[in-house]
Amino acid sequence: MSAPSSDYDPVQVSALQPEEVARARDAALAAVAAATTLEELKAVRLAHAGDRSPLALANREIGALPPAAKADAGQRVGAARGAVRAALEQRHAELEAERDARVLVEETVDVTLPWDRRSRGARHPLTTIVERIADVFVSLGYEVAEGPEVEAEWFNFDALNIPPDHPARTMQDTFFVESADSGVVLRTHTSPVQARTMLAKRTPPIYVIAPGRTYRTDELDATHTPVFSQVEGLVVDEGITMAHLKGTLDHFGAAMFGEGIVTRLRPSYFPFTEPSAEVDLECFVCRGASVGDPDRPCRTCSSEGWIEWGGCGMVNPRVLVACGIDPHRYTGFAFGMGLERTLMFRHGVEDMRDMVEGDVRFTLPFGMEI
Amino acid sequence: MRVPVSWLREHVALPADVSARGLAAALVRAGLEVETVEDVGADLTGPLVLGRVLEFVDEPQKNGKTIRWCQVDVGNPEPQGIVCGALNFALGDAVVVALPGSVLPGGFAISARPTYGHVSAGMICSERELAIGEEYGGILVLTPAEVGTARPGDDARPLLGLPDAVLDVAVTPDRGYCLSVRGIARETATAFGLPFADPARRPVPAGNDAGWPVVLDDPVGCDRFVARTVRGIDPAAPSPLWLRTRLHLAGMRPISLAVDVTNHVMLELGQPIHGYDRARLRGPIVVRRATAGEQLQTLDGTRRALDVDDLLITDSSGPIGVAGVMGGASTELHEGTTDVVVEAAHFEPTTIARSARRHRLPSEASRRFERGVDDDLAPAAADRVVQLLVDLAGGTADPGVTDLDGRVAREPIALDLGYPARLSGYPFAAGEVVARLTDVGCRVEPAPDGAALVHAPSWRPDLTDPADLVEEVVRLHGYDAIPSVLPPVPATDGYSRREQHVVVVSRALAGAGFVEVRSYPFVGEAAFDALGLPADDPRRRALRLANPLSDEEPLLRTTLLPGLLATARRNIGRGFADLALYEMGLVFRPRHEGPLRAPRPDVHARPSAEELAALDAALPDQPAHVAAVLTGAAELPGWWGPGRPATWADAVEAARVAARAVDAPIRVRAAQVAPWHPGRCAQVVIGDPAAEQVVGYAGELHPRVCAALGLPPRTCAMELDVAPLAAYAEPLTPAPHVSTFPVATQDVALVVDAAVPAAEVEAALRAGAGGLLESVRLFDVYAGEQVGEGRRSLAFALRFRASDRTLTVEEATAARDAAVAEAAARVGAVQRT
Repeated sequence: MSAPSSDYDPVQVSALQPEEVARARDAALAAVAAATTLEELKAVRLAHAGDRSPLALANREIGALPPAAKADAGQRVGAARGAVRAALEQRHAELEAERDARVLVEETVDVTLPWDRRSRGARHPLTTIVERIADVFVSLGYEVAEGPEVEAEWFNFDALNIPPDHPARTMQDTFFVESADSGVVLRTHTSPVQARTMLAKRTPPIYVIAPGRTYRTDELDATHTPVFSQVEGLVVDEGITMAHLKGTLDHFGAAMFGEGIVTRLRPSYFPFTEPSAEVDLECFVCRGASVGDPDRPCRTCSSEGWIEWGGCGMVNPRVLVACGIDPHRYTGFAFGMGLERTLMFRHGVEDMRDMVEGDVRFTLPFGMEI
Repeated sequence: MRVPVSWLREHVALPADVSARGLAAALVRAGLEVETVEDVGADLTGPLVLGRVLEFVDEPQKNGKTIRWCQVDVGNPEPQGIVCGALNFALGDAVVVALPGSVLPGGFAISARPTYGHVSAGMICSERELAIGEEYGGILVLTPAEVGTARPGDDARPLLGLPDAVLDVAVTPDRGYCLSVRGIARETATAFGLPFADPARRPVPAGNDAGWPVVLDDPVGCDRFVARTVRGIDPAAPSPLWLRTRLHLAGMRPISLAVDVTNHVMLELGQPIHGYDRARLRGPIVVRRATAGEQLQTLDGTRRALDVDDLLITDSSGPIGVAGVMGGASTELHEGTTDVVVEAAHFEPTTIARSARRHRLPSEASRRFERGVDDDLAPAAADRVVQLLVDLAGGTADPGVTDLDGRVAREPIALDLGYPARLSGYPFAAGEVVARLTDVGCRVEPAPDGAALVHAPSWRPDLTDPADLVEEVVRLHGYDAIPSVLPPVPATDGYSRREQHVVVVSRALAGAGFVEVRSYPFVGEAAFDALGLPADDPRRRALRLANPLSDEEPLLRTTLLPGLLATARRNIGRGFADLALYEMGLVFRPRHEGPLRAPRPDVHARPSAEELAALDAALPDQPAHVAAVLTGAAELPGWWGPGRPATWADAVEAARVAARAVDAPIRVRAAQVAPWHPGRCAQVVIGDPAAEQVVGYAGELHPRVCAALGLPPRTCAMELDVAPLAAYAEPLTPAPHVSTFPVATQDVALVVDAAVPAAEVEAALRAGAGGLLESVRLFDVYAGEQVGEGRRSLAFALRFRASDRTLTVEEATAARDAAVAEAAARVGAVQRT
């Protein structure tokens, strides 16, 4: 162990006097507190915590003290420097937060500015309603079937129990391809898909939904279009009854128009179903409340309480026979709805031409799904 | 079929409190489509009274017209002074007077008003003004029989059959019998559980040999023919008011008493009747098919060339009528007819349907015969005509009755009485089944084992199958009774891949900013001309409609572009110049030359495989296409800066969007195909280069096409065939290995001949770079002095990465050099340094 220095100079170590240390510390703390910007604080750090600052200089003197004084002075100076460092850090954090807040304020933009740089797209409601309907039936377990639009008369009429010269043929004003006796037409309904499906599958069970485009020689006006869309449903299985038809239509109605909306069957005639029925849908707007109440008229159902929706029935055994299915073993039901009409009352489309003309103003609001 | 409710009530004892609307609702439940219910006389309010003309003065006016100043007894102490414009009445005539305060149909309010120098205190009415008939040469004069015990001043409505209502029933083709009051009355009676007195059940004289001679030469076309003769009718006798009114309300025009009677019986019973002027008939009536070259002048004055399939009524002079469709002019009833031969016959539906269509003559008669007329009705209907002609026209019934009956007995329908319950899902007991069928008019003959033989009534030729009988049972019980049950559905395939592909392509394009349109598939040659398609372009080979809506557009589209471009033009015309539209739909491509001829296999069993193949072979190819068009700005200018016009590149990108949606790996290359700009057209191909398939085209439209279609210059479009896209869609995408080692990036600038497509340079780089290459991206194209004329510099960023280590600079550089070397070898690329 070496002897303590004997050439101890009390003048040189005056900086280590408690009063001096406290003064330097207080001056530093006051300067820190007075700094209002990060730049000022940087200068304060240099002046009061830098290598040439009084406390740093004092610290350097500690080594020259006698051992007995070293611990005492070291503790004193260390505490002072620690306080200054802590004050600097705290102030720095404060000033940084202030600056950041100020920058964020300065960077504020008008978030309501439009960004219509690129056009919006949309799908035609006839396309999306087909998907929605198909989804309803695929969820039940049906398959989606398709057929050609230019169709053999045999599929469009003969196989569906509409023989040549049957008055039902004139009910469906037919476009003939090439000549009236070519045997090729633009399909007048989606029902030929029934025959195609049965012939392709050969054996029931058959559960299909078949949406598609159909054609009749109507001039375009507010309520008619020569090119229109239908969706066809066909079920053939053992033990299928009209009750199953009714249950399926009720489910369809509720899925498309709201919980609890039911359908009503009215006797009608289609050659390919027997018994046949018209399908009415309970009005999903007034739910029948407008009937007989002139104060609450309903535009959707004309205050009838019901909306004509489509046709249906039990597959005529003659159709099963033409398609090679044993009518003694299997029964089936079929239904068909016009999609333009469905859109008209579901969405309040007032003019059939809107669905035909392709005006972007009509289609855009329907977006991607319906 | 328009049915006055008063007429129905004549045949069904409907309770007085059943309204026309209640009746309509009941008929709708039973399966008749009642389209409208019209109230007759409801808009005729106020005092409408019987008047008697006491005196009148005819006063000629300056305008050449003569008015009649009448004093009319309307039940008041003083006669009513009324000015009348009609002159068709005499002193003492009974007339209908609308007194001041009354309102006639159409909102015509009557008041006492000065006219022609008098104060006219009311109006003497015509049938038209009362909305119960046509103008009949002036005002309505009631006969003493029509007045009955009524006195002047009494309400005139009961004398006019007012108020009444008319149901308009849309009769479906299976319900021919409902084209008569008789048929609808039967349904009404059943619906209300009331007895029904069939008006066709009347005693009729049996046939004999003394009637007008008739020969049935075509037993298939005509299996029943009744002819009766009435002589000495008064040609001047008018149709009574009730008859005129009924015909008017039923939608037919009163013509003359004899004609009105035949029409009345047709409406009442459903049996079309034809009346011949006996004096003009020449020899026996023969019912036969036409022979080649025969002609007939029909009642409407048209001379018609007859077809050998037409069934004719003829006499010794030749054709005198197209059976069941329209009579001939030579024997028609006329204003001097005194002797009438009445025809009530049964014709085969198809024969009549064809003739009516062939001659474009849908008549009241043909409409009924086509749907099937009761083949047991002719004697009663003819007798009813005879009776009315005797009663109303003072004729005498001839004792001669011709009744030729060649009908074949109908087979009964074997019905399992449990079938209605099995098919409907409602537990119909056998007893109810029999009762309902009996209501319909069937005779049900029990057979062993719960079965029955059902004899359908003569007026229901539509009832041929057990299922037809089920409908009768269920509809008469009420469809409302059917329970609602979801069937248990077995597992199926749901959506096919193809359908899913169509959906995702559609969604992708809409997501990319395109708006979907659905145009009609009808086009004309002009559309192909406007697209500049060459004469031998396969897209010009289109199917032609035999009966197009417009002669300008008789063809079916072979490409989506005509409809899509027309829709674009329509939108532009409506003020939307910046457009991105797309369409998905079928196009139609004939498969072979020569006339179309699809077979018509028998429907009594499944067609053979050959027949089914022949059916499909007759149809054209009908591939689904997707097309898009862009005009104006692809990006709009705005606060962010300038906009960007849509270009050929956007069209190609639309094709890529569609392909990417189904993971179809397409390639593009330059092509020159109409309607695109020859220098800005991309051919889209898919598949192995050795067996690649052209999917479609994309690019800028030819300037001439834009001009021809009235589209803005530089309109761009693409069209793809969806099926090949879907065919090459990755069925099972292999997952990539994601390396977490650092990337090494190397940029190269390659100078190539300006004609070398960037895609080829990129392909060469890919091929040469080897397995370490992660991606290649072209980031700059430069042409200018520094690279020399006819050349350009393509700058690519190459990213390399290894799956198992950090690449060294040397490795990355070596891979780059290999890529550049391959580009040099394939396309003569020189690296810029």
